[in-house]
Amino acid sequence: MSETLILTRRWGKRDPSLAGYRADGGYQALEKALSMSPADVVEEVKKSNLRGRGGAGFATGLKWTFLPKDVRPRYLCVNADESEPGTFKDRYIIEHDPHMLLEGIAITCRALDIHLAYVYIRGEFKRQGQILERALAEARAEGIIGPKLLGKTDFPLEIHVHRGAGAYICGEESALMESLEGKRGNPRFKPPFPAVVGLWGKPTIINNVETLANIPWIVQNGGAAFAALGVGKSGGTRLFGVSGHVRRPGVYEKPVHYNLKKLIMEDCGGTASGRPIKAVIPGGSSSPVLRGDEIDISLEFDAIKAAGSMSGSGGVIVMDDSVCVVRVLARIAKFYAEESCGQCTPCREGTAWMEGIVEKIEHGQGLPGDVEKLDQVASSIAGMTICALGDAAAMPVQSFVKKFRADFARHVEEHRCPVGEQGWGVLQESREALIGPIRA
Amino acid sequence: MPDQARKSPPAVEELPREGVARFDSELAEIVKRYPPDKKAAAMIPALRLGQEIFGWIGPAVQRLAADRLGTSPARAEEVATFYVMLETEPVGRHVVEVCTNVSCCLGGAERIFEHLKRKLGVENQGTSADGRVTLREVECLGACGTAPAMLVDEDQHERLTVEKAEQIIGGLK
Repeated sequence: MSETLILTRRWGKRDPSLAGYRADGGYQALEKALSMSPADVVEEVKKSNLRGRGGAGFATGLKWTFLPKDVRPRYLCVNADESEPGTFKDRYIIEHDPHMLLEGIAITCRALDIHLAYVYIRGEFKRQGQILERALAEARAEGIIGPKLLGKTDFPLEIHVHRGAGAYICGEESALMESLEGKRGNPRFKPPFPAVVGLWGKPTIINNVETLANIPWIVQNGGAAFAALGVGKSGGTRLFGVSGHVRRPGVYEKPVHYNLKKLIMEDCGGTASGRPIKAVIPGGSSSPVLRGDEIDISLEFDAIKAAGSMSGSGGVIVMDDSVCVVRVLARIAKFYAEESCGQCTPCREGTAWMEGIVEKIEHGQGLPGDVEKLDQVASSIAGMTICALGDAAAMPVQSFVKKFRADFARHVEEHRCPVGEQGWGVLQESREALIGPIRA
Repeated sequence: MPDQARKSPPAVEELPREGVARFDSELAEIVKRYPPDKKAAAMIPALRLGQEIFGWIGPAVQRLAADRLGTSPARAEEVATFYVMLETEPVGRHVVEVCTNVSCCLGGAERIFEHLKRKLGVENQGTSADGRVTLREVECLGACGTAPAMLVDEDQHERLTVEKAEQIIGGLK
């Protein structure tokens, strides 16, 4: 039986314009949704077991029910900030099938009585922002959005693109709203959650691009059919972006509970060098690292949590055994130090300390006790901050130290990096020759 | 020298008049995306527009944006200094931003960045002596599957090699 593809079925094969989308049955799900009651649409999404694809994996239908009944206006924010290192899937939805996202937004807004939606796209995605603007212009010109949905239902809807300007933290939902209000992207205290007090103080639903792109299929085929593609409390397929030392990096659409080892060894062809896998970061750089011998697991949210990591944003980074894990962690630590917004002391100070200590170890200047100190600093950040960036910074440090303690110890004992200048792996020069054309 | 430390902020009037006129007419379109009483939401697009027109976002551009959006210059300044793509110092004619995050480095980005530094004779954040290129190391660009990647004047370039990157930089006027 061939695998069911929801998000990628038209990618690279079919015309991404409005005409092409409609020729393939596009906007029929919106048509169907308009014939249903809004509550029935929400019910189907609940039944589908769709969980947020941005990182936290929260049940989408349940999130929608948190909106207070009588407060208007309500807003929808579409999170297209995609900036967790290792994550590169939402941009392809926008590039290859922007109307699928717009249809998902329109159905969601109708179901939740929302008349104004913003797509918050990261500043670095200029071209993707332009693609969305063009798709929006097409949809407006044909009256799909505007004063009347699909040109016939008395439901005004406006969708706008709001482009950020380079700040990882703006992918955090409350920072995203602050940024959209024209301020620094400082996360807010929660509760209250955005569904209650959100954009401009009004009830706001924030969903990831991939999450919303699934909505048309769910409405068209029913929530039960979507749930059946997955397992347990996780329905549907997911986009997994695989990068690093694999032969065929790219975005793969697979059932939510697909096996991580199969994804890497079969779909991506294993490592380009043919060397064994040293480490895998399974869900964006903040997810705890796995050793090469720990990857025979399901990628489903709860299963991978039980295995000590998280499937986060679906960004899988693979490293073969030519890499220096201390070098990799130093770069990850630098990222979080760079991107901390600075409002919570443990994160602002701690991320910089962690970066400094890992760099010191990598450069052969680590002292006995530094590895323990690293662990201690990470533990003093985790759980002590307003938003999840503190945890995101602490988890890779804690897991790298735990999983590869011997590598850290060797750096300290030998006063040098055993891998030396080739710390990023042997493939730097010959990578393109080895892997050939890159998918998607 | 405390008496020299504070200069009075440049007046908006110092900006070229035709630039301000273009700013006003384009901003009028941008603010339509936001509710009429939430104009300040347009701060990032307004500052970006100012950067496009005036080259960078100095105090005068910040005051202009704040004034037109009905908010304080402090708000404009805090936004301008928070986001890495907003330039609060003058930059070269082209800005080259090389990602050196994990996936890009696993594909050789560090070597590309080092090569470009040597080629342009600059350090990170530096501008070449001829004012042509500002080079900068940046965080993940969302191009991990097509790594290594860089932005040149905000345009994405992916699947880079040292040779390809050098060629792209060489083609900048």
